[in-house]
Amino acid sequence: MSSCKKAAIICTKKQYQEATLWERIQFIFHINICKACKVFSKKNGQLSTLCHQANLKSLPPEEKERLKECLKNEIKSNTLTPK
Amino acid sequence: MTKHILHPDNWVDNHSDYLFNYAIARVSDVDIAKDLVQDTFFAGLKSAQNYKGEAAERTWLIAILKRKIIDHYRKINSKKAQATVRITPKTDSDFDNNFLEHQVADPLSLLENSAMENEELGVAIHECISKLPKKHALAFSLKTIQGLSTEEVCKELKINPSNLWVIIHRARTSLMECLNNNWFKI
Repeated sequence: MSSCKKAAIICTKKQYQEATLWERIQFIFHINICKACKVFSKKNGQLSTLCHQANLKSLPPEEKERLKECLKNEIKSNTLTPK
Repeated sequence: MTKHILHPDNWVDNHSDYLFNYAIARVSDVDIAKDLVQDTFFAGLKSAQNYKGEAAERTWLIAILKRKIIDHYRKINSKKAQATVRITPKTDSDFDNNFLEHQVADPLSLLENSAMENEELGVAIHECISKLPKKHALAFSLKTIQGLSTEEVCKELKINPSNLWVIIHRARTSLMECLNNNWFKI
């Protein structure tokens, strides 16, 4: 039965609060009978906590595009005027 | 020893998030961090011919960024008057608090440690993310770091939701493994 695979996906959805009620019910039933998935679920939760704790930041996509443009122009002007 | 080669075209994709996190942990201002990352890329381009290929591209860029951060602090502290340590006296009339000795940091406090640990944790996570396959890394960072909704990420990557969840699941599994080896047991 591919139930464990299904449970793992639901578990991942749960990390983003996007599992439906029915999925959550299925998940609770599953981790009651499957130890491996229970352990996995715990680890997955810890990963979420860590990511939250680290306060990860990233550049917004539009900023990246702008940077790319800037770099491209800079590369061009550098190759046009070699020292 | 393998020679490393610079690929300036891929700098933004490969290193900008890592550099940005590194900078933001040290200057704690989004706009300044953005500028520092940009300056770093430009300085990197300018001195690309000095790159000997001994260090990895990212290490080299981080070394530049470090100099840029130091320069930034020099610049904002260039006025002599600002270099003095200022202590804001506590306004409460409590007599005991008037002594400077009462205002030193609590030696038993662990607050500073946790800030440092979190910073290192952020670096460790980013390193692990950059080891993921490109599509997995992108999906994970869009969903987790930028907090986009599922539809937005799907549109961006042109995949359907069930595919996205499988990708994120795989990304998370390899992240767990990587952090297990590099950070601590989770």
